[in-house]
Amino acid sequence: MELVTPGIGLIFWQTVVFLVVFAILAMFVWKPITEALRTREGFISDSLKAAELAKEEMNQLKADNEYLLQEARFEREKILKEANAVANQIKEDAKVETAKITEKMIDDARKSIESEKQNALKDVKNLVAELSLNIAEKVIRQDLAKDNAQKELIQEFVKDIKVN
Amino acid sequence: MYSSKIELITKFLKVNVLLAILMVISQSTVLAEESAGDGDFNPSEMINHHIMDAHSWEIFHGLTVHLPVILYSEEKGLDVFSSSNFYNDAHEVVPYSGYIMEHEHIALANGDHVLDFSITKNVLFLFFNAIALILIFSAVARGYKKNIGKAPSGIQSFFEPIIIYVRDEIVKPNIGPKYERYLPYLLTLFFFIWFGNLLGLLPAAANLTGNIAVTMVLAVASLIITLASGRKTYWMHILDPMGNSMGWLAKFPLYLILWPIEIIGIFTKPFSLMVRLFANITAGHIIILSILSLTFIAESIAVGIGATVLASVMNLLELFVALLQAYVFTLLSSMYFGQAVEEHH
Repeated sequence: MELVTPGIGLIFWQTVVFLVVFAILAMFVWKPITEALRTREGFISDSLKAAELAKEEMNQLKADNEYLLQEARFEREKILKEANAVANQIKEDAKVETAKITEKMIDDARKSIESEKQNALKDVKNLVAELSLNIAEKVIRQDLAKDNAQKELIQEFVKDIKVN
Repeated sequence: MYSSKIELITKFLKVNVLLAILMVISQSTVLAEESAGDGDFNPSEMINHHIMDAHSWEIFHGLTVHLPVILYSEEKGLDVFSSSNFYNDAHEVVPYSGYIMEHEHIALANGDHVLDFSITKNVLFLFFNAIALILIFSAVARGYKKNIGKAPSGIQSFFEPIIIYVRDEIVKPNIGPKYERYLPYLLTLFFFIWFGNLLGLLPAAANLTGNIAVTMVLAVASLIITLASGRKTYWMHILDPMGNSMGWLAKFPLYLILWPIEIIGIFTKPFSLMVRLFANITAGHIIILSILSLTFIAESIAVGIGATVLASVMNLLELFVALLQAYVFTLLSSMYFGQAVEEHH
C-alpha cells in the first residue's frame, strides 16, 4: 500500500524542482532553441521560395525567347515570300517586255523585208522594162529578114540574160 | 554515409548491451552481499527495499550516504538532522530525539503524524535529474548561439532531431496552431521523464519516475494546464455533450447520469497518466530484480548465468520503455491540451 501512497515530502520536492527546471529550461533553453529553429526553417523556406521564383522567371524568359524566335522566324518567312513574289513579278514583267520588244523587232524586220521586196520588185520591173526596151530596140535595129539572123539574135539576147 | 550510420548503430547497441550487463552484474553483487548478510533470502523484502524511497542512499553494501532528514510537526516545529542518527553502531534502527523510524516511515514517538520533507534518495535523484537536464540542455542551447546560420554540431545535433520530433510529431499535430504556448512545458516533461527513467536504471539509483508522488505531480501539472486552457468547446463538451440533437427536457434526465461521468472523466485522464508511468517503470524494476532473485533462491551457477542473460535483455527492454513512456506521457498530455484548446467546428 505504501508503494501507491504518494508521500508529501516527495510531492513537495518534485513540485519545486520540476517548476524550477521548467522555468530555467523555458527561459534559457527552449526559447532560444525554438527561435533558432524557427529562424532556420524560415530561412530554408524563403530560400526554397526564392529558388522557385527564379525557376519561374527562367521559364518566363525562356518562353519569351521562344516567342521572339518564333516571331523572327515568321518575319523571315514573310520577307522571303515577299522577295520571291517581287522577283517573280520582275521576271514576269521582263518576259512580257521582252516579248513585246521581240514582236516589235520581228514586225520591223518584216516591214523592212516587205519594203526591200517591193523595192527589189520595182527594180526588177524597171529592169524588165529596160531589157524589153533594149530588145525591142535591137530587134528593130537588126534586119529581121533572115531566119538565121533571128536565131542568132535571140541566142545573143539569151546569152546576155544569162550573163545577167 | 549509410554504412557509417550502421556502424554507429551497432556501436551504440554494443555499448548498450555492455551497459545492461554491467548494470545487472553490479545489481546482483549488491543482492549477493545482502543475501550473504542474512541467513534467509527474502526476495519480496529486497525488491520492496529497492523500489521504495529511503532516508539513506546505499550505494553498495558497506557504503551508505546518510541523507538529511527534514521534519515538521505542530508539537516540535521544524527539525533538520542527519538520518545517521536513526542508526546505532550495530546498524540497527533506533529512535532519535522523540522520533521513531519504521520501514523508512518517520513518526513522533507518541505515534502522532509528522510531515516529512526529508531529502530522501528519490529527492536526491530528483536533484541529479534536474542538474543533468539543466547542464545538458544549456550545452544544447549554447550550440544554437554558437552555430547561428550553420549546421548543428556536437550534443546539439544529437538532441535537435528529438526536439523537432517532439515538436512536429507529438505537439503540433495534437494541439494545432496554438501549439507554441505548450511546447516548453511538453519538452520539459518529455526530457524530465526520459532522463528520470534512464537515471532509475543505473545501478544503486533511486526508482524516481516509478514513484507515484513524482508521477502524480506531473499528471496534476498536465491537468491544471488542461483546465486552465479549456475553451468554450471543451466545457460545452462536458456540460452539454448532446448539443442541439435534442431538447433540454429530454436531455436533462440523461445529463443527471452524464454529468458525473463527464466530471469523473476530467480526472481519470491525468489519473491514467500518473498510474501508467508509475506502474510501467516500477514493474520493469520488479521484473529485473525478480529475475536476479532467482539466482539466490536456486543458489545455482547455471540459474545465475541464465538470469543474468534474461535480466540483461530485460534491461535493454527497459531502456526502450524509458523512452516509450516519456513519449506516451507527452503524447497524451498534448492530446488533452489539444482537446482543451479546440475551437468549435
